Amino acid sequence: MAFAVALIILIVGSVLFHILSPWYLTPLASNWGLIDFTIDVTFWVTGIVFVAVNGFMAYCVIKFRYNKEKRSEYEPENPKLEFWLTAITAVGVAAMLAPGLIVWAEFVTVPEDADEIEAIGQQWHWSYRLPGDDGKFGNVDAKRITDDNPFGMDPDDPHGQDDRLIESNVVHLPIGRDVKINLRSKDVLHNFTVAQFRVKMDLVPGLVSYLWLKPTKVGEFEVLCEELCGIGHFAMRGKVVVDEAADYEAWYAAQPTYADILARPQGDPVAGQAQYAVCVACHGPEGKGMQIMNSPKIAGQEDWYLRRQLNYYKAGVRGAHPQDTFGQQMAPMVMTLVNEQAMEDVIAYIGTLPDEPAEVTITGDAERGEDIWVTCGACHGYDAEGIKALNAPRMAGMTDWYLARQLENFKADIRGRHADDLYGWQMAEMARILKYDGAVNDVVAYINTLGETQVADASAQAGAAYPGAEE
Amino acid sequence: MTATLVFLALLMGAVVWWLVRQTINVKPWVASAPSGAQEGVGFPAPPKVALGVLLAVITSLFALFVSAYSIRMELSDWRPLPEPDLLWVNTAILFAGSLGLQWAWRGAAREQWLAIRWGLVVGGGCALAFMAGQFMAWQGLAASGYLVASNPANSFFYVLTGLHVLHLLGGLVALARTAGHAWAGALAKTRLGVELCAVYWHFLFVVWLILFGLMLST
Amino acid sequence: MAQVAHDAVTDADLRPFEVAEEPLYHPKTFIGKYIWSQDAKIIAIQYGITAIGIGLVALVLSILMRLQLGFPESFALIDPANYLQFVTMHGMIMVIYLLTALFLGGFGNYLIPLMCGARDMVFPYVNMISYWVYLAAVLILVASFFVPGGPTGAGWTLYPPQAVIGGTPGTGAGIILMLISLCVFIIGFTMGGLNYVVTVLQARTRGMTLMRMPLTVWGIFMATVLALLAFPALFVSCIMMILDRLIGTSFFMPAMIAEGAQTAYDGGSPILFQHLFWFFGHPEVYIVALPAFGIVSDVLATHARKNIFGYRMMVWAIVAIGALSFIVWAHHMYVSGMNPYFGFFFATTTLIIAVPTAIKVYNWVLTLWRGNIQLTVPMLFAIGFIFTFINGGLTGLFLGNVTVDLPLSDTYFVVAHFHMVMAVSPVLVVFGAIYHWYPKITGRMFDETLGKIHFWITFLGTYAIYYPMHYLGFEGVPRRYYAYGETAFMSESAQDLNVAISVAAIVVALAQVIFIYNVIKSLFSGEKAGHNPWNATTLEWQTPHTPPRHGNFDEDQLPSVYRWAYDYGVPGAEQDFIPQNVPSEEMAAARAQGEARAQGETKTDG
Repeated sequence: MAFAVALIILIVGSVLFHILSPWYLTPLASNWGLIDFTIDVTFWVTGIVFVAVNGFMAYCVIKFRYNKEKRSEYEPENPKLEFWLTAITAVGVAAMLAPGLIVWAEFVTVPEDADEIEAIGQQWHWSYRLPGDDGKFGNVDAKRITDDNPFGMDPDDPHGQDDRLIESNVVHLPIGRDVKINLRSKDVLHNFTVAQFRVKMDLVPGLVSYLWLKPTKVGEFEVLCEELCGIGHFAMRGKVVVDEAADYEAWYAAQPTYADILARPQGDPVAGQAQYAVCVACHGPEGKGMQIMNSPKIAGQEDWYLRRQLNYYKAGVRGAHPQDTFGQQMAPMVMTLVNEQAMEDVIAYIGTLPDEPAEVTITGDAERGEDIWVTCGACHGYDAEGIKALNAPRMAGMTDWYLARQLENFKADIRGRHADDLYGWQMAEMARILKYDGAVNDVVAYINTLGETQVADASAQAGAAYPGAEE
Repeated sequence: MTATLVFLALLMGAVVWWLVRQTINVKPWVASAPSGAQEGVGFPAPPKVALGVLLAVITSLFALFVSAYSIRMELSDWRPLPEPDLLWVNTAILFAGSLGLQWAWRGAAREQWLAIRWGLVVGGGCALAFMAGQFMAWQGLAASGYLVASNPANSFFYVLTGLHVLHLLGGLVALARTAGHAWAGALAKTRLGVELCAVYWHFLFVVWLILFGLMLST
Repeated sequence: MAQVAHDAVTDADLRPFEVAEEPLYHPKTFIGKYIWSQDAKIIAIQYGITAIGIGLVALVLSILMRLQLGFPESFALIDPANYLQFVTMHGMIMVIYLLTALFLGGFGNYLIPLMCGARDMVFPYVNMISYWVYLAAVLILVASFFVPGGPTGAGWTLYPPQAVIGGTPGTGAGIILMLISLCVFIIGFTMGGLNYVVTVLQARTRGMTLMRMPLTVWGIFMATVLALLAFPALFVSCIMMILDRLIGTSFFMPAMIAEGAQTAYDGGSPILFQHLFWFFGHPEVYIVALPAFGIVSDVLATHARKNIFGYRMMVWAIVAIGALSFIVWAHHMYVSGMNPYFGFFFATTTLIIAVPTAIKVYNWVLTLWRGNIQLTVPMLFAIGFIFTFINGGLTGLFLGNVTVDLPLSDTYFVVAHFHMVMAVSPVLVVFGAIYHWYPKITGRMFDETLGKIHFWITFLGTYAIYYPMHYLGFEGVPRRYYAYGETAFMSESAQDLNVAISVAAIVVALAQVIFIYNVIKSLFSGEKAGHNPWNATTLEWQTPHTPPRHGNFDEDQLPSVYRWAYDYGVPGAEQDFIPQNVPSEEMAAARAQGEARAQGETKTDG
């Protein structure tokens, strides 16, 4: 009896849970209302079966409970009953399958006038490409991908020159227009998912997959990777911003074309030396940094990282948080770099400064730190040499107290949470793995042991870890 | 996956057909006295059935490889490799081995020990020669720069031939046991062993023909 | 007389024995009897203990995962790499090394010979080797925990390229050992599988026709056929991936970058791997499910004291599900980037397979209808299975229907679905089966109170874990995430739900201690069970010794079978059950008469 009651409670409870659950489909933001409709149909059919069959079972458990005096009824089979049950089941299945197939037919047929964009996945970032004013994508090839050509563009293809390359996790879409999103991966499998759009598809290296939709709501929507892609899988997020037409045009116009990127100014170290005069006071003449001034070593840091951080300071992405005292000191200094050329020059000059390992000031348990580094190394390189392709800067031989402070800042949401900090968000999530007190010091202590390794050797080693890697 | 699906459809079709025939008109709830001595309706001896099942498993394995081959072949970087002429010789040798065991099988039915023993020797010898020949073919290909990893066509060639040879190697173990029985003069065991080996050899010859044909034609 | 006898025995009924039956192997030493044993029952127990042992490791891994998901800030031990390794090894161990091995190697070995009325498997020596090869596979798997870099963290699906190139934990020795272990497992399984199939086909006793076999045997038989044909697909993909990893072939590896640098791979197809993997992977679902279907049918009939409803339909449904399971594999790949037009075909076949499955469920419930239901511990687990399986089966209709799969694929809905249908359901059957056959295997009864406590916590606890989890999936919460951090669309209460699920998971895991304690304690202090404590009809309950000795049955004669396995509540019968080896009164009378006449004839002859 208790068992039958438990069964009935479970049935009723399940139905109530379904009705009352605060967790359900996110509000729809695309044309795929038909998918929600199919889900509803499926829910009705399966819900009725669930209640009916389980309810009948609970009834049987009560009604036909054991009685020593009784015998069960001897009925080997009942072809008529079995036939009808089969027939009803077949009808129910057809009722679910039919809308499913009809909607799927719509999903596989992309409207002819749909706009096209390309979403590119890599471990563990998104980037995007728009076909540009000619409406045609230039050729790309995974074999051409390098640090300087992250999209693998073909420089000789005229269609590619006007392609808008968006090296950012964020892309914009105009509202109310069909868009076909071509999906491409640079390394492993990924999956492009926006929960509010309902549709999703894997990205497969070596081929181009696609999905299509029509955004119906203005707003920001999170892009998640939903195909396991390695250690950083959970922190591989992007954003789709659905704009009104005018806002979209403005955003579109601001995106650089491939030709723009090729034509970016080159830095001049001689000119940069003059610019660097402002920096000397804190970072020292050789860029070694000074703890007393709270300034880190910058000599030996990679140019792309310096460029991004300088731009962030300039745009108020960094140094804007009220608790980021030292960042606030840096922000006005950057304003002396009046234009892109000036910034390139100073970066070029910093590139000429001698690179000596910074002084060790932090102590910690390097062995525990090494365990933590398994995760960090996936992006920063196992010798902390930094990997541009993964947007992860170098740490080996850099200022340790500064690393520790930044890690604390990431953990405390002082750094990385600004909406325009494209890659800081990921680091803020990653810093959460430093769970125990002293974890920051331990991992920095381990990074300190990596200082002596030659950066060039290290990357060669990392690449040769599996046979497919090129020497 | 077509090759695999065709194979499995045939196999499953046969299984289902057989089962339905066995079960369709039976009223299981009717009690009755057993009619025969033992169930297992009209089957050959268990080891033969086991060999049949094993061959189905191996066929499934090779059918899947053939499926993978035909899917991978469609991709752009496929460069067919020139099959060495030596393979024709090897094919002939393997066929001779098959013939040898067929001879032994016939001998076993008539209790001709000479035929059995010579048949086994020919079968085993040819298998060894075939393996040596395949190895030479590998060496030849490797020497002319067709390495395992340099193209998927090469990779498949090495994997398929290698796997085939491994199966032959397994067969040689059984053949050696049978030879032991044959020289000891244990007729029943020899008969069974010779039959199993012969069927296995024929099977591997057919598998080789299919693999070879596939590689030649692509 | 001779004429009549000739008519009764048709040619087809007689099995031609070309080779004399070899005498049973008789071990003399302890090691020969219990370690290098060729007795299927001992091998079954070896399989069972090994599988449950490695399964406990996987259970601990799942708890570690739940700790991280419920309390993401608290356990310093668990980092993203570890987490993925736990996910991978938990899944792989549970699916292959626990469930497949336990159902086929464990229950298959114990029950097939006993239920078919055979003395042992047809090839006992090969059967023994099969276990030791399986053990080797388990040890190789365990070894991967101790190599530098640890076990692979590529997910149990081992998708390339991530299983092989950097950025995933365990791409060193971990993945290689994993693949080798799988290959070894498959070789070992094939040896066992040959035995199960041939034993079912050829070693049934007199009168045990195909349509009199208990459904347990049918389920295990069909599952073995599936496994024999499907495991080669896994074997093929493992070999090709080992070569990709070790010598740089490009079967599955396209041109790509890894850790920021170009690789030498070119042109391979990751989708090809997925096709091969799921060509094995989907039948694998039924390799686990079909034995569970069979076992639960027998447990239900026995404890409901009623014949299984629609036996023939049940058999054909098992066969139909088995055959169909080979043409539904790509429903795991709707959003994999394969040709989307395949979706139409695979959605249709997938939903068709729901029909025979539904028939099985109806027939189980109709077996209870007008039965005489004894709510013993095995019966509780069996009915618990039906409830869970209905839930898991119905959510399968969401995921199998290609359109509905779009929003739900790769979310917690999938995790909840397959745990409901492929983890909890079969595990409930495993428990039910162990409680059901425990008296036969050990000769003693288990402690019923502890058994009931174990049931209630396991059944309600697992439902509390997995039913709400579906709704996380509806919300879009992705699976295989180490942490969710700040995620715009996820409600904050989703984390509360995660905490609740984690707590339930820990409770369920701890409750398994009760089970293990019960199994061990009852071994020594349980009540003596007698030969047939459940009053069951099948042959394993009719053995002259309990536990059955080597050779299973009466030394001189195997039992003869006169009826199907479900003669419960037969009108007019003395008891509410008639064992399979009991002739009807007329038959007994006729036989006695015949014997008397034969005796008379010999007497007159003499």
